[in-house]
Amino acid sequence: MAKIIVVTSGKGGVGKTTSAAAIATGLALRGKKTVVIDFDVGLRNLDLIMGCERRVVYDLVNVIQGEAGLNQALIRDKRVDNLHILPASQTRDKDALTLEGVEKVLDTLNKDFDFIICDSPAGIERGAQLAMYFADAAIVVTNPEVSSVRDSDRILGLLASKTRRAERGEDPIQEHLLITRYNPSRVDLGDMLNLEDIREILAIDLLGLIPESEAVLRASNQGVPVTHDDDSDAGQAYADTVARLLGEEVPLRFHEYQKKSLLSRMFGGVRR
Amino acid sequence: MKLLEFLKRERKKSASVAKERLQIIVAHQRTQRGQPDYMPLLEKELLEVIRRYVQIDDDAVNITLDSEDNCSVLELNVTLPKS
Repeated sequence: MAKIIVVTSGKGGVGKTTSAAAIATGLALRGKKTVVIDFDVGLRNLDLIMGCERRVVYDLVNVIQGEAGLNQALIRDKRVDNLHILPASQTRDKDALTLEGVEKVLDTLNKDFDFIICDSPAGIERGAQLAMYFADAAIVVTNPEVSSVRDSDRILGLLASKTRRAERGEDPIQEHLLITRYNPSRVDLGDMLNLEDIREILAIDLLGLIPESEAVLRASNQGVPVTHDDDSDAGQAYADTVARLLGEEVPLRFHEYQKKSLLSRMFGGVRR
Repeated sequence: MKLLEFLKRERKKSASVAKERLQIIVAHQRTQRGQPDYMPLLEKELLEVIRRYVQIDDDAVNITLDSEDNCSVLELNVTLPKS
């Protein structure tokens, strides 16, 4: 039995795909059989972040429409065993995904994997609702910024009502907060919402906190999920997040502003 | 130094303003959670109907939908101005 986790946010550009790629990679590095599915039909990008864009032959829509088998569409990750990617289609047909089709794909994957990570599109339309419908847990990616927090709250409303667990009256979806692009120095200046405020407003448990980091852009440039950059703050923060997802207690890091001394400012060089 | 502290205190504000604004809007959003999609329109049209007879403010109408065992109760609360 696989655990189905949707990575969602409502707002676009907050780091859903980066997080889905990083968390899926982290789970696979921890030995879990993991598949990460791109639900953003028409705007596929997970393949780029995972660095497998040139190996895409078939996609999720092909599988659902019976044009390809699931095994033909699944891409095996080059770097980590146990990790597979199921890309989205570039079709402009918004109705290409069906609830029954998605259910069938997830049921098949269920037998072979420990974790199924669903990378949701932005918005609250059909694609986003399909990505969350069958989930057991949700990772709500939120930036410390008003529109992102508000949209996250909207998504929490949908998770509580428009999912299979909600409709069947089963145990509710586990909701986890993942704060990304956190800048402790701006928080210290009072210019950015702090993590306690965000947690208090959204009232869900904090799974992880990813600092704003140069490593994230570097990772996406190279098509190597940032979890592989284990010297970087963001890479370590995602590894911590994955550990918590696996039930380990890991203290929070990278959330406090470290004032730099004059010397380290002068000779600190480039932070990796 | 005083000046620096002063500037810093001024800047403290933006994050706390954000927090206050969010608390209000999120609380409002949550009251609408789980409601049928037609509720905002129903509320608007009810307001229009009432306004044909009495002039009332936008926030003078408060409607809630409560679900009980096998029926739902639509509660309409209208505050009329003193005449």
